[in-house]
Amino acid sequence: MAVAGIAGPLRRIAAGRRRLPTGITTAAALVAAALLLPLAFLCWQAAQVGWGELQHLLARRLTLDLLWNTVRLAVVVTVASALIGTGAAWATERTTLPGRRVWAVLLVLPVAIPDFVIAWGWVSIRPSLSGLPGAALVLTLGLYPLVYLPVAASFRRADPAQEEVARSLGRGPFETFIRVTLRQARLAIAGGCLLVALYLLAEYGAFAILRYQTFTTEIFSEFEQGFNAPAAAALSLVVAVLGMVVLASEGVATRAGRQGTVQARSRAVSRARLGRAAAPVTAAMAVLVGLAVGVPVATIVYWMGSGQRSTLPAASTLAGAAWHTALYSAAAAALATLAAVPVAILAVRHRGRMAIAFERAGLLVEALPGLVIALALVFFTVHYAPVLYQSAPLLVMAYAVMFFPLAFVAVRASLARVPPALEEVGRSLGRRPVSVVVRVVVPLVLPGLLAAFFLVFLTAATELPATLVLVPTGVQTLATQFWAYTGQFSYAAAAPFAAAMLALAVVPTVLLGRWFDRLPTGALSR
Amino acid sequence: MGAAAASALALAGCGTGSGGGGVATGAITVYSGQHPQTTALLVSAFERRTGVRVAERDGDEDVLAQQIVQEGGRSPADVYYAENSQALQFLSEKGLLAPVTPGTLAAVPAADESPGGSWVGVTARVSGIVYNTRLLSPSQVPTSVRQLADGRWAGKLGLAPSETDFQPVISSLSHSDGRAGALSWLEAVKRNAGSHVYPDNETLVAQINAGQVALGIVNHYYWYRLRYEIGSGRMHSAFATLAPRDPGYVLDVSGAAVLRSSRHQADAQRFLAFLVSPAGQEVIARSQSYEYPLGSGVATAQPIPAFAGLRPSPVSIAELGDGAAAVALLREAQLL
Repeated sequence: MAVAGIAGPLRRIAAGRRRLPTGITTAAALVAAALLLPLAFLCWQAAQVGWGELQHLLARRLTLDLLWNTVRLAVVVTVASALIGTGAAWATERTTLPGRRVWAVLLVLPVAIPDFVIAWGWVSIRPSLSGLPGAALVLTLGLYPLVYLPVAASFRRADPAQEEVARSLGRGPFETFIRVTLRQARLAIAGGCLLVALYLLAEYGAFAILRYQTFTTEIFSEFEQGFNAPAAAALSLVVAVLGMVVLASEGVATRAGRQGTVQARSRAVSRARLGRAAAPVTAAMAVLVGLAVGVPVATIVYWMGSGQRSTLPAASTLAGAAWHTALYSAAAAALATLAAVPVAILAVRHRGRMAIAFERAGLLVEALPGLVIALALVFFTVHYAPVLYQSAPLLVMAYAVMFFPLAFVAVRASLARVPPALEEVGRSLGRRPVSVVVRVVVPLVLPGLLAAFFLVFLTAATELPATLVLVPTGVQTLATQFWAYTGQFSYAAAAPFAAAMLALAVVPTVLLGRWFDRLPTGALSR
Repeated sequence: MGAAAASALALAGCGTGSGGGGVATGAITVYSGQHPQTTALLVSAFERRTGVRVAERDGDEDVLAQQIVQEGGRSPADVYYAENSQALQFLSEKGLLAPVTPGTLAAVPAADESPGGSWVGVTARVSGIVYNTRLLSPSQVPTSVRQLADGRWAGKLGLAPSETDFQPVISSLSHSDGRAGALSWLEAVKRNAGSHVYPDNETLVAQINAGQVALGIVNHYYWYRLRYEIGSGRMHSAFATLAPRDPGYVLDVSGAAVLRSSRHQADAQRFLAFLVSPAGQEVIARSQSYEYPLGSGVATAQPIPAFAGLRPSPVSIAELGDGAAAVALLREAQLL
């Protein structure tokens, strides 16, 4: 705490005096340019279409329908995720819930299960599930961990003194919870909710399975209906604007909440005794995990044992698809982590106008659904970079661009925890900057780099829409082969591919959960 | 840094063998909008027979056709294999297809291939009604596609309007009843379908079988494939052809073409020749494709309505056109 306390002022002094390192700045500028390419190309495409035609494409009843569908689902899912995520976090972090360490792991697992697999699990049980209720159910089950994770971290680190003061002033436990505990976690809740909204804007597969029409499904079918670049670009612009609105509100919420954040932590938080409530709370946890994890897992197990036949020939073996999935995801994870390093160094150590601009460029990517990024890359390469068109490196680059924010946030959070004083010491001992980075900084941020790698790997391994668009000819990943089979209702043939995706995703999730645990509050939000 | 090396290695690794351009001779790229049920066995039989390696890119026939247009002269595709004639006609009109070798064309009846000789028909499919046998008796099943516009099917009709297979029915109806007639029919079936609008025919047939809706208009093979997959015991639906020459009773030809831009013309033409050869057509006749072989006098071995007994609408391939008019109608009816 003492070191962190002086880190801020020290950093400011150091930043003011030190010159921007040319190599790192150049690298960061290149990364920022690469990240902005899809958005820039999208704007350029829209400009080519022309204002009149854009208006014609957007001034359709369809646009309003899509907006209404997207907004109402976002509201329902965000509110539900906030309630469930916060409630579950309170149960595992602030009560004497039996087996809370196990629950803490299980509650995070849905984030490792692709939403389209959860959707498939539910539709396999109830084929009639569709529309708003279906989409709200599945997306809430898939996304509530995005609220649970930061809120649980915040609960764990909150200053117990405030609660004790409230209690000593005669406030009841419920009032204390609402007035103090929730207040302390509000930044984490807001950050989680906005992440939920962003993920929801980008989701495609679950909506396609549940037949819920949103911008992504419509953009995909405009693309399907005829490689329709103008219409896809017009709708993509709308969804990009929506994403930027969410991102901007996240910035506002974070800044507004910063003063109120409680960083100090001297003692363990107190836990509410559940007593007789332990049974119903445990049952609620079991139901939640059962619905979110149990249903898709049981569906996979059921279909793997069903012996149902498929007329669809396998375009790829399970091993072949798993190999390509792991290869592309690992390459993308390494690339994204590597790209995040220079931008994060500038953002943390040389925070000036340029560093902030690069950082914003990187985070802006979050506003774009992967499908939109993939389509921009397809249209770009087909005209201007035919060598990369339909190539594996393009898919890897697309993943790296899409998931750069994940890598960046993890790298930045871990860099921010390295007191610059340590580097100063290294430098004053005559080490060259590169040597300081390798000998001093790298060992300290290595967990953050690994977390960044796994975060991207896990997300890329289960990515669907961009993969469908960009996968090289003749290659299948786990997600695309699963998609091909489920599209034909060959559920038995699809199940092993879903199982493999879970196997690839679960280990990193457990590791990541442990890393999240050790992060300071709010480190993952801006 | 280790990550840098790993990244470089991984990138180098995944670049091999799957890059965009520069495929070695003895290898062709096929863009296939056809179902893999039909193409996969054909491709592997062709590879075994000729030693030419085939990379297949599966997708919606429309998106692949548009993709080829966007790719222009640099398209990685050598062969385009479509589910319906419209997509082939579309590329043919754009001048992107190379003439098919006369010997290949000769293996298939002239009515089932490109009027200009730019693509060859390989298989045929026929549209009809799939209905749930628990909800409808055979006598209640419509005998004309026009009856689907009747208000009594409100809430009972399922639709998959975004499927390109739906377009020939619209083109045929537009041909017989005029554009306005086709539009009002589309508006009526949209009303009847309500929320039962499905993304594809596989979903539509499965939902009919599950009793979520009572009936829909679909190509025959979707029903036969479902029956193979889940077994006859779990089928609660049936396929019925419409009255002879009904505008909804359409024989759709699926075919293939060589792209003008292909740098492997000889191998690509060999692939087409194989598709319609007795060996290729036998593969289709015995596979779970359930489509009708069109060439070399081969008849299907599958238990589907006999090809010779079909009495489809007399609409010709030229009259079905490139599908643009059907898409415009679908958009006007807000079904796309």
